[in-house]
Amino acid sequence: MFKYLPLTDTNRKDMLKVINVSDVDDLLIDIPSSLRLKKPYAILPRLSEHQLRKHLKANQGTVLESYRGFGAYEHERPAIVDTLSSRQEFLTSYTPYQPEVAQGTLQYIFEWQSMITELTGMEVSNASVYDGPTALAEAMMMAVNIATHRRVIVASPLLPHVEKVIQTYAHYRNITLDVLPSKAGLIDINALEKAMQEPFSAVIFCYPNRYGNIEYFDRFVAAIHQQKALVISYNDPFALSRLKTPGSLGADIVCGEAQSLGLPLSFGGPYLGYLATKMDYVRKMPGRICGYTKDSRGERGFVLTLQAREQHIRREKANSNICSNQSLLALQATIYCASMGKQGLVKAFDQATQATHYLAQELVKTNLFTMAFQAPFAYEVTLTYVGDTEALENGLLQHGYLLGQRLDDQRVIFYCSESKTKTDIDAFVSLIKEVHHDL
Amino acid sequence: MSEKRYSPSHEWVVIHDDIATIGITEFAQASLGTIVFVDLPNPGKSFKENDIFGVVESVKSASDLYLPVSGEVLEINEAVATNPELINENAEENWMIKLKVTNPSEFAKLLSKEDYDALAK
Amino acid sequence: MTYNRLIFELSSPGRIGFELTQQGFQDGDVSTPLDTSLFRDSPADLPEVSELEVVRHYTKVSQKNIGIESGFYPLGSCTMKYNPKINDEMASLDGFRLIHPLQPLSTVQPLLKLYHETATMLNEITGMAGTTLNTFAGAHGELIGLMIMKHYHELRGDHRRTKVIIPDSAHGTNPASAMMLGYETITLPSKDGLVDIDTLLPFLDDTIAGIMLTNPNTMGLFEKDILKISKAVHDVGGLLYYDGANLNPLLGIARPGDMGFDIMHMNLHKTFSTPHGGGGPGSGPVSVAAHLVEYLPSPVVTKVGEDYTLSYPEHACGQVGGFYGNFLVMIRAYSYIRTVAHDLMNVGPNAILNANYIKESLKNDYKLVIQKPCMHEFVFSGLIDQSTGVKTLDIAKRTLDFGIHAPTIYFPLLVEQSIMIEPTEVESKETLDQFIAIFKQIAHEAKTQPDIVKTAPHSTPVGRLDEVFAARFPTLHFKALQKVEQK
Repeated sequence: MFKYLPLTDTNRKDMLKVINVSDVDDLLIDIPSSLRLKKPYAILPRLSEHQLRKHLKANQGTVLESYRGFGAYEHERPAIVDTLSSRQEFLTSYTPYQPEVAQGTLQYIFEWQSMITELTGMEVSNASVYDGPTALAEAMMMAVNIATHRRVIVASPLLPHVEKVIQTYAHYRNITLDVLPSKAGLIDINALEKAMQEPFSAVIFCYPNRYGNIEYFDRFVAAIHQQKALVISYNDPFALSRLKTPGSLGADIVCGEAQSLGLPLSFGGPYLGYLATKMDYVRKMPGRICGYTKDSRGERGFVLTLQAREQHIRREKANSNICSNQSLLALQATIYCASMGKQGLVKAFDQATQATHYLAQELVKTNLFTMAFQAPFAYEVTLTYVGDTEALENGLLQHGYLLGQRLDDQRVIFYCSESKTKTDIDAFVSLIKEVHHDL
Repeated sequence: MSEKRYSPSHEWVVIHDDIATIGITEFAQASLGTIVFVDLPNPGKSFKENDIFGVVESVKSASDLYLPVSGEVLEINEAVATNPELINENAEENWMIKLKVTNPSEFAKLLSKEDYDALAK
Repeated sequence: MTYNRLIFELSSPGRIGFELTQQGFQDGDVSTPLDTSLFRDSPADLPEVSELEVVRHYTKVSQKNIGIESGFYPLGSCTMKYNPKINDEMASLDGFRLIHPLQPLSTVQPLLKLYHETATMLNEITGMAGTTLNTFAGAHGELIGLMIMKHYHELRGDHRRTKVIIPDSAHGTNPASAMMLGYETITLPSKDGLVDIDTLLPFLDDTIAGIMLTNPNTMGLFEKDILKISKAVHDVGGLLYYDGANLNPLLGIARPGDMGFDIMHMNLHKTFSTPHGGGGPGSGPVSVAAHLVEYLPSPVVTKVGEDYTLSYPEHACGQVGGFYGNFLVMIRAYSYIRTVAHDLMNVGPNAILNANYIKESLKNDYKLVIQKPCMHEFVFSGLIDQSTGVKTLDIAKRTLDFGIHAPTIYFPLLVEQSIMIEPTEVESKETLDQFIAIFKQIAHEAKTQPDIVKTAPHSTPVGRLDEVFAARFPTLHFKALQKVEQK
């Protein structure tokens, strides 16, 4: 007997009688005996709950005082995000294919879609996708589907892991990905103009970009649209609380990583991709979409809609093979945005930005760092260090601190969350000076 | 105006001079259920016989539309594009596209009403 | 009246729901702040509500859902087994949750070790040689599995392999994934619910990249010719792909690797008890036979001596996600495997017993398609007596009135009016008997009071929803909803 296996011997006897066989083995017709397992799995031995707790508590990662972002951002998370999202009705339920008993899921998906349209300035959002990088891969494929040329240009410098993912997808989809070099941490306009001379389906922009620099793309939109191509914008939605929306700048598809909307760092997953577009392209958008309707009693209700585009109906003619979304994470992000609210999310952005600007200023004052670029930045900034960044990282690690992401031997990109106080930053700067002197 | 002929994939065609008027059959609309969207090509686009020229979508399915005869799209039925339920109301009259026929001999290969009705049972 | 207010409708300008840390900056501390000309004209219209309002709202919203803990959830091919709470507790440890994915490897050795151990145990359970946990869901695992198939043939210089064979009983993601990789799909008609070797053989030549199979298949039947099929496909140089959606009944019984499969995916949110979350996050690990291990996607968690590192092998098929997959989902699966351990051998047999018990108990009311023992799930083709016009959809909706989730309906496509039932091994005989009684009652109602079935559900938070309206007039966010309701 086992706690997750309730059938007793009596139960088994009674059930086998109904089925009219003497043993479960009699039901395993058609399975060649050569395939039947002869011994138990050779896996790690059983742990009781008590032992499991002890074991995993002793095998955790080291939590650090961190100044690293680069695609994964710690933020202050309201306690209610976890308590509400761990309710079993949300946590253990299935995809809403029986909408009458899944209005909870459908309603929060509808709220999530609404919030994403607000943040991005776009007309419609889907129910979420796996993560930021795969969202961009889906956006790229969607654009090629619409504009037909199997070539996409990457104009802004993207995070390396984002670039690797879209390169993988592009390879297997026979799409040529033209990744342009950057210039002084920003778009190389000459390279872009030259790249646009050959047929293409889309140009990908990103702000804040890989270096934390903020550069808007609106001046390129007319030329791109004239060539019947699309503008794709990859954005951290946390930044869109304050910065100009890609929708207002003329984007056709907007996507990105929404881990920054109240999800824990989680050693990389589960995260939360979002994808938004114009109503004109809604039937080309992959993933699930939730829509409003009425029920047989005339009451407000929500259903998955436009499903005829999806894999379970179109099969090999679907826009994508994507089946699920990241529902529970979309719920967490929705609760986060509801808690932070209209003012709170902007305030968090302003605080993170202020802290990062202060850090940059103070680090430059030490004469150990200079600004790597002359571009506007918010909560991430790239600085050039006088010494070896790896040595500095190791030195700080000894004190339990995580340096910003090392871009190479000289440059580091620092991130300050909204929770960094002036005292925290002053202490960090002092520590850097101390560690530097000891190197 | 020619007689109406049919394709095995449930489209109908009528030809007048060398302009073909094309729609889907009563059988098709009944199988699809309430049609919620029709995706039709832009005028000026050319297709060959049996090319997919659009999609007709209901809640539970999305079916490709196959072109019975080659040609260049002249006109799409805006009323049907805006109100796809018109196809459910009268599929055999509410046409989808008008086409300038490039190969008139293809029309003869299509099914007569009797042959199509036998197929659709 | 069911609660159906949206969070935006609770808004009151000026209300706040959270207090940020005070940073202690003074005016002038920062000499060059961010230029305000870069700012958007007005903030996003997010709600302005207090913390309690957020809590009440989402609590009431949750009460419109049913979860596994609300009642029986016999969805065929979904394996809705109990999601143990100890697994959730382990996934919430700070030393997992607060860890940045780009921390120096020296600070995350235990995490890489857990990843490696989980992969190793999954290798053992599946009979494969290498496993990646970097894939986010079953469909994602399928996609990457086919990438490996394509990459393998590409590296062999074999560009003739343009087709993939898929049975007509397969899940829609199979042909969709094949299409995404540029493959042409050959749909193989089933015979008596199975892949027939004689139907298959004419299609096998050197243009076949591989075949995608589910075993047991979506009819709940074990592909008895699997060894012959795998030999035939290998003989023409093709690969066998295993869709692991139905792995649960094989636990304790057999392994896909032993059947000849070269590549497979599995679903941690099905077989390994991790919560479905209303539609995600899942995890779809991909496992491969020895000759394909070098093609697994980067980064690869690699053991070097007693330490763990991340490698980016030359022949990896690519990078398929930002980091290392849904790590916290993996922790839940690890916890499940460590907790159940040797009792995994009993999961398959119990799941099979439960399914056959329900099948035999209901076969006099519902139409059995296949008259032989099933594995963990089986399919009815609607009621035996359909004279009153009660359809599968109606039966599913009426089930909801009894507080249980309906089984899977209208899948697989090759069965008319299909109802697919999978109880899983976690359900007691009492629960199964209750379900049998309910389904018998619905069959009875279909004869004596068909209208009550045809107009069901009656006691759920909402009645049947107008899906035609939703597709015809897509209203996909709050402001659009406001416009529509104002009319």
